[in-house]
Amino acid sequence: MTALKSPPDTAAAPIRSTAPARNSLGDKISRYLYVRPKMRVTGLLLLPLLWLGVLYIGSLALLFITAFWRTDSFTSKVIPAFTLENFTEILTQPAYQATALRTIGIALAVTVLCAALALPLGLYMAKVASPRMRAVLAIGITLPLWAGYLVKVFSWRITFSTGGPLDWLLAPFGATGPGYGTAALVVTLAYLWFPYMAVPVYSAFRQIPDNLFDASADLGARSWATVRTVAIPLLKPAFIAGSIFTFSLSLGDYIAAQFVGGKTQVIGTVIASNINLNPPLAAAFGIVPIVVVVIYLFLARKTGALKAL
Amino acid sequence: MRLSAPAKVTLRVFAGIVMAAIYLPLVLVITNSFNATTSGAFPIKEFTTKWWVAAWHNEGVREALWTSLKVASVATAISLVLGSMVAFALSRYEFFGKNTVNLLVVLPIALPGIVTGVALNNTFKTVLEPLGIGLGLFSVIVGHATFSIVMVFNNVQARMGRMNRGLEEAAMDMGANMFKTFFHVTFPGFRSAFIAGGLLAFALSFDEIVVTTFTAAPGTETLPIWIFNNMSRPNQAPVVNVIAAVLVLASMIPVYLSQRLTGDDKK
Repeated sequence: MTALKSPPDTAAAPIRSTAPARNSLGDKISRYLYVRPKMRVTGLLLLPLLWLGVLYIGSLALLFITAFWRTDSFTSKVIPAFTLENFTEILTQPAYQATALRTIGIALAVTVLCAALALPLGLYMAKVASPRMRAVLAIGITLPLWAGYLVKVFSWRITFSTGGPLDWLLAPFGATGPGYGTAALVVTLAYLWFPYMAVPVYSAFRQIPDNLFDASADLGARSWATVRTVAIPLLKPAFIAGSIFTFSLSLGDYIAAQFVGGKTQVIGTVIASNINLNPPLAAAFGIVPIVVVVIYLFLARKTGALKAL
Repeated sequence: MRLSAPAKVTLRVFAGIVMAAIYLPLVLVITNSFNATTSGAFPIKEFTTKWWVAAWHNEGVREALWTSLKVASVATAISLVLGSMVAFALSRYEFFGKNTVNLLVVLPIALPGIVTGVALNNTFKTVLEPLGIGLGLFSVIVGHATFSIVMVFNNVQARMGRMNRGLEEAAMDMGANMFKTFFHVTFPGFRSAFIAGGLLAFALSFDEIVVTTFTAAPGTETLPIWIFNNMSRPNQAPVVNVIAAVLVLASMIPVYLSQRLTGDDKK
């Protein structure tokens, strides 16, 4: 009997003697919250949701509303009266139409250029390069993501400058660089967003089993035919995933246009030049990239490529 | 794939050209800052360090650097707190609207920066300015914190998913209250992810220009805004080159630190 009694005694004694008095303020709050998980979640989410839910989403909502207001042309004050003027102006003014279409065209060109570069690079990295080389290249294409956006744009401003490095490089061939303009803008944007395309394409390439390529070759397909009929269809989800970044990031960009775009106007330049003079028009134009990106995401989703990721 | 030898060589050369195209422009930024002439003609014939000295003594640059550091520090501090809170809530609790909260955190970085910029600009001018909070340093910090939260959130949430919750329960069983458990057990567990997220947030803020142009008042110049405002002024061009070179070199710091951090985790 004594043997049965003794364990509770020895177990209970140290707790009573060494446990601290559990009555500090922290203990009290802690005990109160411990049984109330809902209150804990609320406490954790309150500040972030005030910031993101109220300030940020509120701002987006207000932007949307402002797009339907107008500016008094004399006082240039915003008048909160419902109008569709801004949208009709964007949709009917040839200059605005051209700007919107030009921006979409640039974003598509950037996407195609990135994809065209990512395909052979991915092929080389996944199927030709030695493991060591592959690791070096994999770091090599992601490292520039760390370098600042602005300095990357600036580096191409130097490259494309008149009499600059590109002109010097092309001089032996009797050519000069394109100078600041749409072509320079496309190259610069492609440079900025290339990692977003190259990384998914490369990892998708690595997942294609080698024997698929062998089978294709056994059946008589030459290298290019294999790439076209075997690799590209399997890489489609990766291309689409990458294109979402290259496309939407190019669509919203306007700093690069100011650095290397010369006289090229994009959606962002129009927004920036109207933000102080005619905020409702700037707001309405700000909706354009959102709508285009949403349509693009919808089309991408329809292909089923997003699910495969 | 059975690639012919010439095809392999072509691919190798192609990969080399891509890598050169990625890194040569950044090298150009650095070499260009030592260019003695202001013409920008290539190749550079004469090198000098005088522009670095000039940049060091440039008042505008110093002020812009100071502004950038202030903005990045405060924005990082805010995003560390808010980002960790959301990460904690999302990885530890089940609640209604969880996916919406997740989307909400990612949205500021998913939407084009110009949309965030215009939206905040609009709010500050129409709602907050009448209340006495106009565009200025504060609005820039608000903008930066908004898109930095996701950087901290991503890092911390990924780590929390892998953390051993048994340790926390053990601490509580031994009598530690919730706050003691958090500071002595939970926080050390995700500290390196917390720091990595903070570094990313700081780097992102230090470099940001799109949201900044829309949320800054004319007098508020961060370093990127200073570059932007001065790049087309011929007499400032050499100093702009130096600042760009400094930014390229500075971008190596977070790479190095994050490498160290992930290295520590593996030990």
